[in-house]
Amino acid sequence: MAKIYSKKTLVTNTMKPRKEIVSFLLNYSKALSIIKTKNISFEIIAN
Amino acid sequence: MANIPLPDALLVKNYVTGDENALSTLIDRHQSKIYGFIYSKISDRDISNDIFQDTFIKVIKTLKSRAYNEEGKFLPWVMRIAHNLIIDHYRKTKKMPMFRETEEFSIFSIMSDDSLTIENKIIHEQVEMDLKKLIEELPADQKEVLVMRMYQDMSFKEISEITGVSINTALGRMRYALMNLRKVIDKHQIILTN
Repeated sequence: MAKIYSKKTLVTNTMKPRKEIVSFLLNYSKALSIIKTKNISFEIIAN
Repeated sequence: MANIPLPDALLVKNYVTGDENALSTLIDRHQSKIYGFIYSKISDRDISNDIFQDTFIKVIKTLKSRAYNEEGKFLPWVMRIAHNLIIDHYRKTKKMPMFRETEEFSIFSIMSDDSLTIENKIIHEQVEMDLKKLIEELPADQKEVLVMRMYQDMSFKEISEITGVSINTALGRMRYALMNLRKVIDKHQIILTN
């Protein structure tokens, strides 16, 4: 019976970042406001 | 009625105008691909998580600053950010490798100070200045491609998109730029090495 030399990739479809990372990003986005005046940008993180 | 998934471009537009759920959809849609890409280069879950987070922090900041031009290339853009952060990670770890000292092995036997001496630094700065003057002499189209490639670290695909020519044309201009630089250097017998 012939061998199957299929190349297994390191990446699988089920690889995901930790849920805490995604949760942090969503909260960070909700808290972040960016205000631009002339040449300066202000990043404001609301508590 | 089946839910038709919104295209990335529309989700980005909605997010920029204040819909935070759009970001959640974008992350959910692409997280496997992006995280998988990072992990395939880094092979460490913790560092991959860090880089994933840093990638999206940059994405969020750029979108919220309204500095992103939507051209239907959201995922390639994010992948490019992740790719650049991976390169930054490798540069940092190369400068600070993890070694454990033992009685037989001292770190100083293999680590050396690679920074330039004052003399070499002056020579290096002079060479840079001379090179910049020579580059100014090139035809405008060749100079543009060379500066984008060597000083702004752009790929030829990006250069061709920005300058509005084919990749082959951009490659050709780069080739001629280098040929012309060599001709000028040879003609005036300029020495550009330490």
